Formats: sequence, structure tokens, C-alpha cells
Amino acid sequence: MNLTALSRHSARWQESPGQFGDVVVSSRVRLARNLAGMSFLSRCSNGQVREIADLLRRVLTGGVLAEGAFYVDIADADPLDRQLLVERHLISRQHAEGDGPRGVAVTPDETLAVMVNEEDHLRMQVLAGDLKLQACYEQICRLDELLEEHLTFAFSSRFGYLTACPTNVGTALRVSVMLHLPALKMTGEIEKVLRSARDMHLAVRGLYGEGTEAIGDMFQVSNQTTLGKSEEQIVEDFRGQIVPGIIDYERSARAALLDNRRGALEDRVCRAEAVMKSARLMSSEEAMYLISQLRLGLNLEMVGDITVETLNELSLLTQPAHLQRFCGRNMSPIERGEARAKLIREKLGKT
Amino acid sequence: MKFECEKCQREATVHLTEITNGQKIERHLCEECASAEGITIKAQLPISKIIEELMLQSSAEKEFSDLRCDVCGISFLEFRRDGLLGCPHDYEAFEHVLVGLLERSHEGQSCHVGKVPANAAESERVQNELLRLRGSLAESVRREDYEEAAALRDHIRRLSDGLHEEGQ
Repeated sequence: MNLTALSRHSARWQESPGQFGDVVVSSRVRLARNLAGMSFLSRCSNGQVREIADLLRRVLTGGVLAEGAFYVDIADADPLDRQLLVERHLISRQHAEGDGPRGVAVTPDETLAVMVNEEDHLRMQVLAGDLKLQACYEQICRLDELLEEHLTFAFSSRFGYLTACPTNVGTALRVSVMLHLPALKMTGEIEKVLRSARDMHLAVRGLYGEGTEAIGDMFQVSNQTTLGKSEEQIVEDFRGQIVPGIIDYERSARAALLDNRRGALEDRVCRAEAVMKSARLMSSEEAMYLISQLRLGLNLEMVGDITVETLNELSLLTQPAHLQRFCGRNMSPIERGEARAKLIREKLGKT
Repeated sequence: MKFECEKCQREATVHLTEITNGQKIERHLCEECASAEGITIKAQLPISKIIEELMLQSSAEKEFSDLRCDVCGISFLEFRRDGLLGCPHDYEAFEHVLVGLLERSHEGQSCHVGKVPANAAESERVQNELLRLRGSLAESVRREDYEEAAALRDHIRRLSDGLHEEGQ
């Protein structure tokens, strides 16, 4: 599979945001599974790790995924391709940087990705734009059942699906949303969200998951509890209570900013737009920061001629691996800075 | 609005509002200065930390440190060090210690109430047997008893074919 084709556009799941698109960038649901009768990866011999990778690759490419699905052997992949997959949220950083036989199966629309031999034998995820956790869960559940026709997963009636790390055991279900929270960040109220999230047994992470920073005001919120609640209950608590609470909080912070500091806010947004339309050098951090301002401006109807699709595309294409694939060559950070600024000017020039 | 850390002028990421005698004081610190002052905002307690605390609470540390899974050979201390279990059987081998740990990380719960695979009952019996056989296989290879190893390998293949058929 040539990943260069992917690097030219944003994922299809990112298109057309809906009702909560002003705050919720994406929804993600993942299940962890291990093969019955096999040790977890840390205790497998090299031969066994290879055996697991081969078996899962055969099953995953044998028709359980949508037509056109492809498999990337991560151990063999070019480092730039691994990074590209991380930037598209199709694999974790840990998977990109890990070792041993491992891979990922991805459907053509990128809604579904299955990591093989990450921390567990299988980590499958469904991604969608906006707040669509219920639909994501239904889809992952179907895949789980399809896989069960070919594989038997390690399971105990007491502890549920058995995982290498006991923090995932039980349902082995992780539900998460990527939230854009610029107003809460600006007003410092984000700390309250982080604290109450912790009280509600939620994890808050940065854009690329575990151990990453919240760049571009993007926060990934996910459940920690996987045991003692049914899958439906986990999804429902999250979708019905937790996420709407944070959405309301961000929306009212935006409204308050508009009421009290409209001028300052407009100034920020317009400056961001001006810099993006004329800068000649730009780091990816600066790009993420400016895109965040524009995204806020767009949601508050302060910028006219930019669409959220363009911003989604830019936040992906300006990432280091995407940019280099897009330009067709490996580049130094300085060359990237130039190419990034040029790409942004071009994309924003088109109205 | 961005704030500078009041101690070192780096970007502040920890923002506090303290109310003392009706007086509101806002403070802005970077992560390092905040943690130097003992203010920590952690997203999640790492599992190694939870295990550590759990063992400190228990007077039976000696008992924990002797625990070892007879299938994959991992000791409880190795699990404590890495935070990862070695095989599905560890949940049984370490059960009485794990229950406390699970309750800490899952809002007091330690029993699964979610989805059950269609072939659960059958698979539970076979998966434990398979794990044991794999353990014996490694052992017989160590002893260089290749006759037994070959027999075990056949047995393992027969059992796992039943578990993971590839739907030709």
C-alpha cells in the first residue's frame, strides 16, 4: 500500500461536522483483545510474536474488513510512513516506536483501524467526526463479533476480556472524544475541567494520546474504568453526561468571551488569519496554534471565507510527515517551515 | 490569554484561584514550579504507583514477593516493575492481590458485567489448558526432552486449531 495517496487529503471521517462540531472534533472507540491460549506479548518468544502477527494479518486481510482495506507491516515500514499513521491517528506513538513483528489494518475510509501486537495482541478502533460514540460502538462491536468467528479471545467470566495491563481488563473498552477547548484554555477554566474529569475517573490527554501535550487547544478525554460497567453503560455515561457537560462549559466560556472581550478576541482571530495568509516560515506548533484561533473564529462567525474542512485539512497536512509526503521528499525543519507556510498560503488563498 | 509562570517566566500551565479571608488570589505556574511547590495535576496515577501504594498498605509484602505464575513464570515483583501481566492465567495466579488493584482503578469494581463471547464457557477451559501446555513445552525444551516436546506441540496445535480457525 502506498501511503502517499493518504497524505494528500484529510480522512473521510473528518468531513462534514454536525451538531457538536464546534467543540467535538472526533469520537473514537477502541477494544483490546488477546488470543486465548497465548501469553501476553511481553512474555512471548520472538517466534510466538511472529506467529500471532501472521495469524492476525491473515484473518484481518481475509475479508472481515471493508473492501479495499489494507495492511501495513509497521516493522518494515519507512519511519516517515509510521509517523504519517500516527498523525492520522491510525496507530499510537508506542506502536510506531515499538519493536518486533507488528502491523495495522485500515479500511479505505480510515474509520476502522486494527493494530496488531501493540500492548495487546489486538487493538481495534473506530473513528468518526463529531460526537458519534453510539454509532462507533455499534461498528466496533460488529467487528469484534466477526473476528470471534475466526479467533477465540482470552476471557474469564470473573474479569471479562483479559488484557496485558489490568487497567484495561473487563470490557477492554476505551471511549474517547477529541475536544477543541480554546475558550476554557484562554480563561484558565480548563484546570477545573481537568480536575473534575479526574474526579469522574476520566483521563485527559493531548492530541496524540498517552504522554502527549495538548497542542492547538485539543484535549482528548477518555474513560478509565473498564470493569464493572457494561459497554453500553460506559458509552451512555460518556455520551449522555460527561461530554455534553464539557461542551456546554466551553460554549458558555465562548459566549462570555464574546460579551466581555469581543474586541480582543476578534483581534486574535484576525491576526492569526493575517499571519497564516502571509508568513514565509512556520513551525508545526505555530500552525496548530493559529489553526486553533481560526477554528474558534470560524465557530464564532468572525471569519468569512474559510471553511472548517480547510482547517481540518491544514491541521493534518502541516504535520511533519504529511508535509514531507505531500512535497515528495525528506526535508530539514527549516525547509519544512518554508513548505508549510507556502502550503497554508495556497490553501487559504483559494476561496 | 497566556500567562507567564510567576516564578520562572515560562508559560504557565497550572492556574490556581485561592480564596483566603474573602480575598481572591490568582496564581499562575508552569508545571515544574507547581510540582516543586507540591501542587500536582496528574491526569492519571500510573499503574506502578497504584501497585506500590497497594503493597505499602499491605503488611503481607513478603507474601506478594513470593507470588509467581506457574504458566508464564512472571513474578508479582516483575509485574510491579513493568505494570504488564505475562499471560491470561496471571489473573488467577495473582487474583487475591489483583482484586484490590482492580478496585482501585475501576471505581471499586472487580467483576465483569459486560459482553460475553459466544463461545465463552468452552474457551475458558481450553485456553487455560493451552497456556499450561505451552508452559510444559518450554520446560521440556529446556530439559531437551524432544520426544515430549513434539507430543506437546501436536497437542497444542490440535487445541489451538479449534480456537483460532482461519475460515479458509
